[in-house]
Amino acid sequence: MAINLTINGQAVAAEAGDTILTAARRAGVYIPTLCYHSDLMPDGVCRVCSVEVKGQRTLCAACCYPVAEGMEVLTHSPRVRESRRMIVELMLANHPQECLTCSRNSKCELQALAREFGIQEVHFKGERKMADVDTSSLSVFRNPEKCILCNRCVRTCEDIQSVAALHASKRGWDTTIVPGMGDELASVVCVNCGQCINRCPTGALTANDPSSKVWDAIHDSTKHVVVQTAPAVRAAIGEEFGMPAGSRVTGKMVTALKMMGFDRVMDTDFTADLTIMEEGSELIQRVTEGGVLPQLTSCSPGWIKFIEYYYPELLPHLSTCKSPQQMFGALAKTYYAEKTGIDPKDIISVSIMPCTAKKFECDRPEMTDSGYKDVDYVLTTREAAQMMREAGIDLPNLPESEYDDPLGMSTGAAVIFGNTGGVMEAALRTAYAIITGTELDNVNIEAVRGMEGVREATVMVGELPVKAAVAHGLANARQVLEGIKNGRFKDYHFIEIMCCPGGCIGGGGQPQPTSEEIRKARIKAIYDEDEAMTLRKSHTNPAVQKLYEEFLGKPLSHKSHELLHTDYTPRDRKTVKAVKVKVES
Amino acid sequence: MAFYRAHILVDTGTPAVLKGAMGMKSALVDEIKKRGLDKEIKVVETGDLGLHGVGLALIVYPEGVIYANITAQDVPEIVEEHLLKGRQVKRLVYTGPSSAVVDGAAKPRSREMRVILEHIGVIDPTSIDEYIAHGGYEAIAKALTQMTPEDVVAEVKASQLKGRGGAGFPTGLKWEFTAKADGENKAVVCNADEGEPGNFKDRLIMEGDPHQIIEGMIIAGYAVGAHEGYIYIRGEYHQSVSHTEKAIADAREAGLLGKDILGSGFDFDITIFKGAGAYICGEETALLESLEGRRGESRMKPPFPPTSGLMAAPTVINNVETLASVPRIIDRGADWYAGIGTEKSKGTKIFSPCGDVLYPGVYEVPFGVTLRDIIYNMAGGIKGGKRFKACLMGGPSGVLVGEDALDRRLCAEDLAPGAGALIVLDEDKCIVDLMQNCAEFFHHESCGQCVPCREGTKRILEVLNWWTTGAGSEDDLRLLEALGETMSLTSKCGLGQFAAVAFKSSLPLFRDEYLAHVKDKVCPAGVCAMDKVLEEVK
Repeated sequence: MAINLTINGQAVAAEAGDTILTAARRAGVYIPTLCYHSDLMPDGVCRVCSVEVKGQRTLCAACCYPVAEGMEVLTHSPRVRESRRMIVELMLANHPQECLTCSRNSKCELQALAREFGIQEVHFKGERKMADVDTSSLSVFRNPEKCILCNRCVRTCEDIQSVAALHASKRGWDTTIVPGMGDELASVVCVNCGQCINRCPTGALTANDPSSKVWDAIHDSTKHVVVQTAPAVRAAIGEEFGMPAGSRVTGKMVTALKMMGFDRVMDTDFTADLTIMEEGSELIQRVTEGGVLPQLTSCSPGWIKFIEYYYPELLPHLSTCKSPQQMFGALAKTYYAEKTGIDPKDIISVSIMPCTAKKFECDRPEMTDSGYKDVDYVLTTREAAQMMREAGIDLPNLPESEYDDPLGMSTGAAVIFGNTGGVMEAALRTAYAIITGTELDNVNIEAVRGMEGVREATVMVGELPVKAAVAHGLANARQVLEGIKNGRFKDYHFIEIMCCPGGCIGGGGQPQPTSEEIRKARIKAIYDEDEAMTLRKSHTNPAVQKLYEEFLGKPLSHKSHELLHTDYTPRDRKTVKAVKVKVES
Repeated sequence: MAFYRAHILVDTGTPAVLKGAMGMKSALVDEIKKRGLDKEIKVVETGDLGLHGVGLALIVYPEGVIYANITAQDVPEIVEEHLLKGRQVKRLVYTGPSSAVVDGAAKPRSREMRVILEHIGVIDPTSIDEYIAHGGYEAIAKALTQMTPEDVVAEVKASQLKGRGGAGFPTGLKWEFTAKADGENKAVVCNADEGEPGNFKDRLIMEGDPHQIIEGMIIAGYAVGAHEGYIYIRGEYHQSVSHTEKAIADAREAGLLGKDILGSGFDFDITIFKGAGAYICGEETALLESLEGRRGESRMKPPFPPTSGLMAAPTVINNVETLASVPRIIDRGADWYAGIGTEKSKGTKIFSPCGDVLYPGVYEVPFGVTLRDIIYNMAGGIKGGKRFKACLMGGPSGVLVGEDALDRRLCAEDLAPGAGALIVLDEDKCIVDLMQNCAEFFHHESCGQCVPCREGTKRILEVLNWWTTGAGSEDDLRLLEALGETMSLTSKCGLGQFAAVAFKSSLPLFRDEYLAHVKDKVCPAGVCAMDKVLEEVK
């Protein structure tokens, strides 16, 4: 039943359960917000969305105030405007006035509000809270001075990821968002996913940016710099240059990277195809030889750290395959070095990822199977775009180029690694061929696509019903893992888990802002990219076939195990730093 | 039951304990034993007697004589003279007003009307038998055996009882919402986190007559269909906790709490939860967060607790004084109760005048008495014969009134009394200094979640620090006025909404005093050290 109210005199029909904000937005009426985020439960703490509701003693926060029949709302009355200005002025009075040198300059939500409200002077001339920057984490840097205590990061970490690495500490003016009991971020349970960064409205949370080191490498003539780009990057990096969400810019991005001076621009998609060969073979082996089932995917490093912390007893379920990034790294300094005759010690391996957890992953001590650090630097999509801007590159107007050989060719199955359900779909496309000896007519496996947090499907692979599940976001992953423990997923074969909502396209290194609409647009771009490919099944990738012929032999070979597989580290949540015990996986 | 010819009630309320009441009491017990009087005379620890500024105190019954300003050295004389020889020790007898009803020298003042405080200082608060002997738990018997839950709600509604925590929401309506709300595991929560400076009435009730709160909670539980009760007691209120704990245990033993109360089939029990000292936890939704084990921060409203409260279940949250009023209403009827007070404020209200009054204390009066009645007729007027300057109504979150308010009536239709504190200032006090003090309080107690309160309380304190040290400007005056308005309009909960109310109300009354500080750098009362401009301000 519709609820009738008026907003600024205009009749609006709302639905039961609507807040004033949702009703207004649906009716096309704008109300400014700050602590509100469409992915999160409202918290109502910034008070920027305050509106006047007739009959109420105080203004009401539109983001959390429910609509009621006959309600009369004013969104920009003089009292409202005056209050909002005052609120933003209060925030600015306690905020470093260094917008010009802030990494969020021109993309900061606080700055945007100050402009919107026409604030030209901060009248409060008192103390500003000082705090130290926390650069302990390999992935996420914290600058508490720029924090406006909107709690978005707290809600993200707790509600979306069920990790709760961040929380409010102390009281009143002294309130600070801290990891653990005020520890540095690297000393608490954090999975490095960077989802907090994606939802931070200011520059308080940023990624650990290695771009100056990458520039140095590029400009060092003794170094041979190879770069790989993850599937999800091509569907999002255009947003950094003002293009709409869902713009596919694969060829333009390759051109840009070549212009920047990378010696070889190759593709993580190649190793995504390779992952399917290895992981699919591993699954078949587990099914036929009675291994631990269901098998869990292992390409999302935030997810890996999560299971190591919270469910170490389930580590034997995890595929031993390295992530595509790390497979690429191991091959770049072995296979690629051999083929090109370049000394691997002179190769600098850079990856461009939608992800901040990859920065942690490439630093794991076991990721040195090439004899060197397999991947030297990880740039996020945002950081890569910033480097392009610094190089004067106008991405939207570039011509398209092809990836370089030998690690550049890929199939549609690899592209869809970038979104939730993609690894599952890619694996099923290949498993069908291996198990039945025939090829799928329709490679679009709709049953595993979608946006629900946990999806389950039974897919017929010939005569064999393969029971599969897909989860994205760690709170959803936790549900699945609890399900494995209590037996609900007992007869399942394969479960895909992605750390971030929507999969890698929603990763912590992707362009800001993020929302379900933006993630859906990126996913559509990914599926379009898949549809546009001639080859759409990993096992049909000729470059992968050649790699096996020339170098690896066959999937799960001794050499594959040496370079492409890994083991995991149970982690103690209480003594994050100290205890690391290696066990057989 | 043993019979004694005399009872001595020793004030062992929290302030008294801090002054050494327990040592004095044990000296008294020893002395009585030494004189062989321990079979004749019983020493009882009672709660706060509402006597303030008079040192340690005790009451001797049956005469009802109050001795004040006693030390352990005075004990032998009192035992010798009064208890053995029957002669009062005149030099120690207290003749000021008291919340303790006695037939001796200290008589209730004019217009005082004791409903909730009726038995305080009369009965042993740790004895359920004495409570029952004075008619206690009769309301429970009546409610559970003769009334339906709907009847109880209707009776409370008809009494027009309103919440005594400060906001004054109709209690019956709150109960009705909760009773009608869908949900399992409904709860009754007693807000005993009395944190507003200047208020100490709830402590007096818990220390002096805790059973009436328990009785009120059982009735509330029966009315709304709740089987669980929680009392959230301010952590520093040690004796409130111990007396209430004892009362709960005794009530449980007597079958008045637990399963099948009085054979009615109704189950109800109570758990005590001690607060950890945060003012914000007196805000009802922050209290619920704290009860649930989380950070004390207010919730979004709506939903209100009657719809979604403790663990999202429909919940009644009432103040101590509100719940303590309930047994009398059920006992004597809504008509009796609604006959007391004014048109819009029914019943009695407990006030705690303090500050520059002669007899700070706790006084229960019907709504509608004037401010002058309480300050001059009950609290003995201004100390040292000085002139009244202003009164902070209810505490730092209330309005400040001046001399012209003295004849206003304390009730909803005239001067709303808030939670009951009356912080009185004499002519020597500085308003700007008082506001600096209030600002410090709110700055310290803001929970920090919403911007207007967290940042606003800080800026108010800064400016007041400047003004009271000879810095600051007239521009700040206008800025604070606007800031106060924004805080009232947009803060998430009452703390921030009311943090600037006292300041805002003081501006029109004492603008000259502010301007003297701000423009002329002079404190007319000579309180503020105007030459101590902070270094960073310069």
